[in-house]
Amino acid sequence: MLDDLRELYQEVILDHGKNPRNFGKPDEVSHHANGHNPLCGDRISVYLEVDSDGVVRNAAFDGRGCAISQASASLMTEIVSGKTLEQVEQLFRNFHEMCTSDAKIEVDEDLADEMDRLQVMSGVRQYPIRVKCATLAWHTMNSALEGDGEATTE
Amino acid sequence: MTRMAVKTVAETTAAGPRYSNLPAYDVQKVRADFPILSREVHGKPLVFLDSGASAQKPRAVIDAISAVYEGEYANIHRGVHYLSVRATELYDEAREKVRAYLNAGKASEIVFTRNTTEAINLVASSFTGQGLQEGDEILVTELEHHANIVPWQLVAERVGAIIRPAPVDDDGLIIMEEFEKLLTPRTRMVAFTHASNVLGVITPAKEMIRLAHEKGIPVLVDGAQSAVHLKIDVQDLDCDFFTFTGHKLYGPTGIGVLYGKSEHLAAMPPYQGGGDMIKYVTFEKTTFATPPQRFEAGTPHIAGAIGLGAAIDYVNGLGRDAAAAHEHDLLQYATARISEVSGLKLFGTKGEKASIVSFLHDDVHPHDVGTILDQAGIAVRVGHHCAQPLMDRFGISGTVRASFGLYNTRDEIDKLVDALDHVKEIFG
Repeated sequence: MLDDLRELYQEVILDHGKNPRNFGKPDEVSHHANGHNPLCGDRISVYLEVDSDGVVRNAAFDGRGCAISQASASLMTEIVSGKTLEQVEQLFRNFHEMCTSDAKIEVDEDLADEMDRLQVMSGVRQYPIRVKCATLAWHTMNSALEGDGEATTE
Repeated sequence: MTRMAVKTVAETTAAGPRYSNLPAYDVQKVRADFPILSREVHGKPLVFLDSGASAQKPRAVIDAISAVYEGEYANIHRGVHYLSVRATELYDEAREKVRAYLNAGKASEIVFTRNTTEAINLVASSFTGQGLQEGDEILVTELEHHANIVPWQLVAERVGAIIRPAPVDDDGLIIMEEFEKLLTPRTRMVAFTHASNVLGVITPAKEMIRLAHEKGIPVLVDGAQSAVHLKIDVQDLDCDFFTFTGHKLYGPTGIGVLYGKSEHLAAMPPYQGGGDMIKYVTFEKTTFATPPQRFEAGTPHIAGAIGLGAAIDYVNGLGRDAAAAHEHDLLQYATARISEVSGLKLFGTKGEKASIVSFLHDDVHPHDVGTILDQAGIAVRVGHHCAQPLMDRFGISGTVRASFGLYNTRDEIDKLVDALDHVKEIFG
């Protein structure tokens, strides 16, 4: 039983959950959205600084949530920094697919390393109710880029 | 259940439960009545500690529902044929069982609804909403489930009326002086929970009703949790409305109850229109049936009502006092055991309580705790429990809630505590 749980709560997740990176609102923000998981009441905000070339210069978040959602948000902010908006969109699609489907995902070669790092979150597939925890930050980032301002996992 | 057998809530809260000279309660025999309890979850025996969300069903209820559909089913109140008459009898018998369970004066004061939520919406719409004006106030408490907040907001928003929450202290107990102060000349309705679904804390309902009535304000009591754990006497409480649901009382889903005083129900317009709630219909005008039919438009949940009647029979058959004593023992045992686990904080442990405990880990989010417990076969509820204002009151986003029913054991509480140790192992 503990082995199964350690598959979900891998060291990387526990580390990012306890010590989230890029936590807090930065000074320069071009895109911002609030995310909400009505199931558990958790809320997070995602902040992006996107330059005129369509490259994410900085990504950050704040809010509170479970270890899965905090770790996912923390990893996401590290990974999308320096990516183009097209790449971010591709990562979002790939990540969502990874969390919800057992099928092998076709990944662009230039994003293979990033998807490898995100693989640590794939344990949520076995816990359908927790998929929303893992994807909340990504949905929120997507809303920020699309200018919606609000995202929920409903 | 006879009138004599009813111990009022007021006695229970004033003097504490008295459980002397009770027949022995054989929990293993009770467990054998619930087929689902013999199954495994994730390869472990099921430990079901989520009865506060919805209770499991005894064989007696499952059989009663099957028996209706297999042998005695037809639509009610319509046919002259045998089965329709028989189904109508069974449906009316179920209403009488509910009447006796609540010690209401008349069966016509019992309206079947879908659940507690619909019962509250019915009162908000057909009673409180009538004649409500801008600036009028509806008094609730910080303990409320969303089901006892949102229906009032819907009717209040239409006219610009205001929802006022009566505050609770750090233990989740109603601050009575504040409650009394909030009963103003503008208060049109008081609605509060009889037992908090998050904390289990029982409110001093009889006293709160008395205070409201002194100022001529009608009161609805949300009994979704209390009807399971306490003996309810609506005449002794003197509440104007009392609501509860079947599925938390070991009955089926989709069937709830509104008790309303005759004089109120008689004066209220229908909640929904349709068949079965009319006396006479022309295209110009419809004359409505008397209560309770006026509020039961359309074909009701016939088998659900009959299943609820069977659940009431089952609970009465176990002995309400013996069952309450068993649940009280579980509550005390769980409170003591969980208090021993380092890094956990319990909420709402003071005063008289239904058998519900709510707690929070210092560092680990309730959802993570819930997932870890689930892997041990233990079902608890995690999150805000549809009581976000109460979460805000305590400055938290959610809790882990274990709620105990007729069939739970001390051994299961030991398993819960053992599994809580796994949280430490995983999270360090």
